[in-house]
Amino acid sequence: MKRIDHAEAASEFIAAKEHQEFHDRRLWDLRLKRDREAHGIPEWEELRELASRIKEHTLSHLADYLEEFEARARENGATVHWARDATEHNQIVLDILSARGSKTLVKSKSMLTEECDMRSFLERRGIEVIETDLGERIQQLDDEPPSHIVVPAVHKLRDDVSAVFARTIGAERGNNDIHYLAETQRRTTRPYFLRAEAGMTGANFAVAETGSFVVCTNEGNADLSANVPKLHIASIGIEKIIPRTEHLGVFIRLLSRSALGSPITQYTSHFRAPRAGGELHIILVDNGRSERLGMRDFWYSLKCIRCGACMNTCPVYRRSGGLSYGATYSGPIGVIIDPAFNIRKYSNLPFASTLNGSCTNVCPVKINIHEQIYKWRQVIAERNQLPFVKKEMMRIAGKVLADPRLYRAAISAAGLAIEHLPRFAIYNWLNAWGRQREIPKAPGQTFRSWYLENRKPS
Amino acid sequence: MSSREIILAAVRANHPLPAPALPDVPLFERGAAPLLAQFRETLERMGGKSIEAKQGENLDALICSLFPQAQVISSAAAEVKGTRGLNGTRDPADLADVDVGVARAAFGVAETGSLWLSETELQINSLAFLAQHFVALLDPRAIVPNLHHAYRDSRFATARYAVLVTGPSATADIEGVLIHGAQGVRSLTVVLV
Amino acid sequence: MRVGLFVPCYIDAFFPAVGIATLELLERLGLEVVYPLDQTCCGQMMANSGSQKDAAGAEALFVKNFSDFDYIVGPSGSCTVHVREHLDAIAQTPAVAKVRANTYELVEFLHDILAVEAFPWAEFPHKVGLHNSCSTLRKLRTAKASEIDEPVFSKPMDLLRKVRGIEFVTPSRPDECCGFGGTFSIFEEPVSAKMGYDKVADHHGAGAEYIVSADTSCLMHQKGCAERLGLDIRFIHIAQILNGDRA
Repeated sequence: MKRIDHAEAASEFIAAKEHQEFHDRRLWDLRLKRDREAHGIPEWEELRELASRIKEHTLSHLADYLEEFEARARENGATVHWARDATEHNQIVLDILSARGSKTLVKSKSMLTEECDMRSFLERRGIEVIETDLGERIQQLDDEPPSHIVVPAVHKLRDDVSAVFARTIGAERGNNDIHYLAETQRRTTRPYFLRAEAGMTGANFAVAETGSFVVCTNEGNADLSANVPKLHIASIGIEKIIPRTEHLGVFIRLLSRSALGSPITQYTSHFRAPRAGGELHIILVDNGRSERLGMRDFWYSLKCIRCGACMNTCPVYRRSGGLSYGATYSGPIGVIIDPAFNIRKYSNLPFASTLNGSCTNVCPVKINIHEQIYKWRQVIAERNQLPFVKKEMMRIAGKVLADPRLYRAAISAAGLAIEHLPRFAIYNWLNAWGRQREIPKAPGQTFRSWYLENRKPS
Repeated sequence: MSSREIILAAVRANHPLPAPALPDVPLFERGAAPLLAQFRETLERMGGKSIEAKQGENLDALICSLFPQAQVISSAAAEVKGTRGLNGTRDPADLADVDVGVARAAFGVAETGSLWLSETELQINSLAFLAQHFVALLDPRAIVPNLHHAYRDSRFATARYAVLVTGPSATADIEGVLIHGAQGVRSLTVVLV
Repeated sequence: MRVGLFVPCYIDAFFPAVGIATLELLERLGLEVVYPLDQTCCGQMMANSGSQKDAAGAEALFVKNFSDFDYIVGPSGSCTVHVREHLDAIAQTPAVAKVRANTYELVEFLHDILAVEAFPWAEFPHKVGLHNSCSTLRKLRTAKASEIDEPVFSKPMDLLRKVRGIEFVTPSRPDECCGFGGTFSIFEEPVSAKMGYDKVADHHGAGAEYIVSADTSCLMHQKGCAERLGLDIRFIHIAQILNGDRA
């Protein structure tokens, strides 16, 4: 399994100057909007603390809350399924659809279904799956995964969208007016809502007390997917459980403010029971979550409410784009989740970080993201997944820096090298520092030798 | 063992310790802020409109004046007749040609400019989404301060479907440009009566 | 009060003026300062790369050099963070615990321990952009971070405001990371350089003649970027300004 090379993908992303600069500005703008909302609520930090503690309590009693959720949901008339992994999840969806002869599925945004790669599984078996969220639809039509969990096509400019729509849904070639493009997607998606036999949503939260789940959208596409077709299927990761309805006050107040800098999404939809004459199926999905729960250093990542604030603030993410991480989950939350799925493939990701800690500060549920990034680096080194060059560099550096005399010899050699080698030798292609930066000049002497000359040694 | 048993056993075995207690959630009352003004201001910021109507005013006429081109007006609210009733509707998709959908919201939320609606208020849930425009009647006295208050409402435990509607359908997925009428309604008007 | 001076490896090798300024400043403030001659490094680079066991030698040497002081003070936020929070590659003896608890970054030490009221010898008549490294800002919490909803405070600003003639300009993204990140600067060079370019352009655009920071590692990276870009902007460590450097 090939290791994802984030740096190389990032390099290509940065080279597309107009795209990268727009991407960076757009997401930084979301970060600023988030700040304005956060600073407008005196109890903001208290809400974060409450959300964090509610989640930590729930995860520590997760089995009990899952059982409570299931019992209530069943009483409400929903059918509850359990899926150990992605394959089982996809099969359950297929079985539900096949049993009813359903061939068309409209769905709203669900990172869980991306994680399970559900769409290609269903499409290969003759089910037509229509993404109804505008950003997700753009990505589906372009055969590209979403790059951001909240704004899936944030890396695209209007011309890109225009080209995709002209190629796939009959939009006018060259018409890049954004209102026109959005209207085209609305117009061509609407017939699917009307004739689809099944609709699928994810869930932002699942309430144990009532057996309900909550879906937050701005477009209303989850409401259409769930309220028009007779059959509503909801895929829910087991970590989405919260104990009581009243806790939604905390999470809903935090979610959209963190994600987009708006006080709430246009639609906050609560599903408790199938509507009259309809069917509701809930699939509770594990897919590695129970295992992550047992990781002492990493289980806090299960608190995640998928707001994307960490991506918006991350200076690395904004300059490399979500697709550069090569995984369903990108950005800061991605780098602490992905290695649990496949440590070799994602062994570079925790190094796509400066450990600056901004992500931890914006996380509405106080996940200690940058601390987990640091810890993953230790795990990756222990499991021998560091690239050879880095491993060797650190081994040698560790030896030199452990010995004062070796250290002093190395410094004087480096100083001599910088002073005497010709520029081309220093700036050769092996020297990553020098590719886009000047190398520091060698000073006349080290601090230590100055100290020996100018102060009495201790 | 079923998948259910396997998952629950794995989760139980991995419950982190020590287990923190569940904190109490305060109501975060802010004091005597004028709720209606905050509601209207936030609703507008979220892309919705609000207008006041007088007790006993002809709401059908009002809605027609707001949407003079509308052919099909369907109302779930007793006070508004509309042009086509909902009683005969079998299939939610039948509302696809509705120009203006009307319902009375159960209550509003000042903090966010939101309206609470369920299948009781909507009769057919798709009314609030398939119509091109949505008009919600709201009693200006039925506005709670914030979401903590809203989530203590007992109707969350009994409604099959409940939605907090805040403004019209929207998206900014293409270059961050704000669009109203993404998949759902193009406009939301709250009539305060 | 016996103070041990910790001069990080890259300051010793490339920016001795920062170490000199730190020493002179602490001496001006009346302290007995000792520089252990056999110090090398705190182990941060190896530990941040995941190779905690490769950091063990440097960490043990650090503790050996500094176990005998009331305070260990160094002009580096990132190294201080490593010593206080991550000196984990070695057995946690009482000596290690003591060193970890008593290691201070220079600004922290001047502000919290010495509570310095004035720097009468200092004058810096220039437009200055303050760069708070992510280590000092978000880990040592020497100033309010823009993400957090709390009252404004800034220890470096409090100190710099006592310097005659200094004028502050604010970039549009005051606390976005500059992209050094240790070995990140090598292994993720494209993003690192882009972040650095953006940072120096931001300060330059705000009118800064100097960028000042408590972390030389950030300054080294930003300086490398600015020089390659041909930007007219200079870089100075806070110790140098507080010690009386005029330029």
